[in-house]
Amino acid sequence: MSFLEVKNLDITYKTRKEDIVASHNVEFTLKKGEILGVVGESGSGKSTIANAIINLIDPPGEITSGSIKLDGQELCKNENLIKKTRGKKIGFVFQDPQTSLNPLFTIKDQLIETIQTHLNLDYSEALERSIQLLSEVGIENAEKRIEDYPHQFSGGMRQRVVIALAISCEPDLLIADEPTTALDVSIQFQILKLLKDLTKKRNLAVIIITHDMGVIAETTDKVIVMRYGIIVEQGPTQELLTNPKSLEAKSLVISVPPTNKKIKRFKLISPDGKEISDNSIKITKDIIQTWGVRENNNKRLLSFNNVTKIFNEGSFFIETSDPKIVKALHDVSFDLYEGETLGLVGESGSGKSTIAKIITGLVKPTQGNIAYYDDSLYDKNFNFLNSKNKGEIQMIFQDPYSSLNPRFKVKDIIAEPLKFYQKNPTQDELIKDIYDLIDIVGMSRKSLDRYPHEFSGGQRQRISIARSLATRPRLLICDEPTSALDVSIQAQILNLLKDIQDELHLTMLFISHDLPVIRQMCNRIIVLKNGIICESNESESLFDNPKHDYTKELINLMPKIESIV
Amino acid sequence: MLLSQTYNKLKDTDIGYSFLNSKLAIFSLSIFIIIVICSFFAELVAPYDPFDPINISLMDAFIPPVWSEGGDVKFLLGTDQQGRDMLSTMIYGARISLIVGFSSILFAMFLGVFLGITSGYIGGRYEIIVMRLTDVQLTIPSILMALLVDGIARAIISKSLHDEMSIYVLIFAIGISEWPQFARVTRASTLVEKNKEYVSAARIIGLSNLYIMFKHILPNILRPVLVIATIGLALAIITESTLSFLGVGVPPTTPSLGTLIRFGNNFLFSGEWWITFFPAIFLVILALSINLLGDWMRDALNPKLKKR
Repeated sequence: MSFLEVKNLDITYKTRKEDIVASHNVEFTLKKGEILGVVGESGSGKSTIANAIINLIDPPGEITSGSIKLDGQELCKNENLIKKTRGKKIGFVFQDPQTSLNPLFTIKDQLIETIQTHLNLDYSEALERSIQLLSEVGIENAEKRIEDYPHQFSGGMRQRVVIALAISCEPDLLIADEPTTALDVSIQFQILKLLKDLTKKRNLAVIIITHDMGVIAETTDKVIVMRYGIIVEQGPTQELLTNPKSLEAKSLVISVPPTNKKIKRFKLISPDGKEISDNSIKITKDIIQTWGVRENNNKRLLSFNNVTKIFNEGSFFIETSDPKIVKALHDVSFDLYEGETLGLVGESGSGKSTIAKIITGLVKPTQGNIAYYDDSLYDKNFNFLNSKNKGEIQMIFQDPYSSLNPRFKVKDIIAEPLKFYQKNPTQDELIKDIYDLIDIVGMSRKSLDRYPHEFSGGQRQRISIARSLATRPRLLICDEPTSALDVSIQAQILNLLKDIQDELHLTMLFISHDLPVIRQMCNRIIVLKNGIICESNESESLFDNPKHDYTKELINLMPKIESIV
Repeated sequence: MLLSQTYNKLKDTDIGYSFLNSKLAIFSLSIFIIIVICSFFAELVAPYDPFDPINISLMDAFIPPVWSEGGDVKFLLGTDQQGRDMLSTMIYGARISLIVGFSSILFAMFLGVFLGITSGYIGGRYEIIVMRLTDVQLTIPSILMALLVDGIARAIISKSLHDEMSIYVLIFAIGISEWPQFARVTRASTLVEKNKEYVSAARIIGLSNLYIMFKHILPNILRPVLVIATIGLALAIITESTLSFLGVGVPPTTPSLGTLIRFGNNFLFSGEWWITFFPAIFLVILALSINLLGDWMRDALNPKLKKR
């Protein structure tokens, strides 16, 4: 008999206007020692199911029908039993280790409190057990570190503590909701390995919820693919990934950027199940006419010379020569040539976004020189000179939910840079330009009269791209443009960016922590660590023959969907 | 037809829905609107014009409200020491109170929002100066501040002009004591908004800072400002009344609610309670209805408290 049995589970969010079905007729089983992956696009109801098992669905959501049986006991609508089960039999690991630990208590307090709530142990026994748990999840010097507060741990360490908390009462079921999404690649690898080891050692049943197909491929035994609250396909991981049957599973698998080779375009699946491979956008000739044809002469477009950036310059007492101060960028230099795509890759805190901000003038450099063609972008006192690039440097941002002003209609968002750069355009010219731009990014003209909140993340990112094209840029900086998006949407946006680049002869600086994506998008790659350039090479040779140890580590550790396919 | 359409539209928005489901909000808004309409159309609503000498007769002085002994049907709420009808005087007085309240809160809002948004956005030394200024300002009680302004104004403006100018002085005095609230809230919201990516995008396009501040950021931070403005309006009306009660507010020839309470206060212990009681109750109802409206608005505009 299976350890966990979910049958006919229906969850509905009742709002004032309508009832939203978050999951419908969900059925699956899980044995001990098995890892189940739940995958799907955002809003597909993955987390809702996990929350339903521990009965933590936010109101107004509720379980309308179905049953959840753990070890033969019915959990649904059995508040008393769930209270005893939650924490003791079921452990939970949340996405963000920054917020899932209480910052006001030491790790010791939090562990002992949990243990004593569920197990009948006295203080010293609980303490001993806590130390043992911390060493088990790989925290060195556990006797000492247990006295620390959460902020004294790094993100990966904190996630280990959260896992220690989750397994502290010897649960039989562990639910991990996007356990590695907030973490860097190398730490993600360690955490996933830890979860796998614990599963074997303690004979746990584990549910991992994720949108990352690489994580699924590397860790899970079984997979559930969800869409709109319905399970569209489930089966053993290997079988599902190599031979997906449903459209949704196919589109998820096919859109994943391959890690071992470079492809020309990302594959997409159209609603009728066929592969889309042709150029999906119809770039109007009009825009090339209005822009004038631009040739790429392999000229140097941007030079970034010996730039150092120190944050917290407000203080009088900081000496730039002091070896102890943290430099966000340390003597970074690179050149960018017309028509190429340069990738910046690195973990969080490596300074890749700082480079983008310095080029666009959002942050001043502390030292160094940045030149656009032959003009320096900063004056002697490091004041940004806006007139030097005439809007030809534009940026696409990471978070599609905050990069559009919620009070502006799409029309006005796109019109704003147009009005600013074309002196007094007539209404007809303006509308024609707006239509051109919205056509390029593949959205309907009807969307112009709507507000940003009416669009999905991918659509917002398209609007964002249209806005950045309005100033007729030469250099487009993409700062993690798809990291907030689902795999299939990511493929669409990346294809769009490639097409736009080809048609409009753009130069791109592509920033990402996602190595497969970088590999597909870039000609040349710079690997950054702690504000220092580790390695810089043509992308194929960098992936095939990494020289620097750090690059090797990154490439080895990235989750690979090919590992089982 | 049109009315039902607007009703349905209103019901469709979140704030409209919340409003129509809050009896307290509907009730207090109705009271507030009734008071505003009555006082601004005082000439049509009030039974008498209390400032027209034809209507005033000393013979009618100290007539109690209609339901007590010696009351007169002509004067529903009785008369004051000059024989003016209390109800009419109160309606006219509320007009002065509301004008002063609205204008001073508008003045405070403009000043506070401007200083708050610029200091939040520009930062640096300018921000430090503005914020310390608000700190200093907040240590001085608003009544004291208003008294100070009034005192200075009296010293500067000649006596003959003073009565004419006094209403503007009052607006300035109350406004200047209320702006720090606006500056603080605006600055805090600006700090949140300016780190959002749409502001970065606007900067990269090359738009000017003033344009970004007032076209991009301002519309996004207006909600909390509106909430304080509503609650501040009640406070401003009370401050005005307090100042008038102390005799430094509007001149006695154009009495506000506070002035009426002050006049009545002289007769409170000689049995003519109605002269001070009715204006006071009127003031309480006015301030309470605005405050309840502000409370509701604060909850309704707070997404964290949103139900369904």
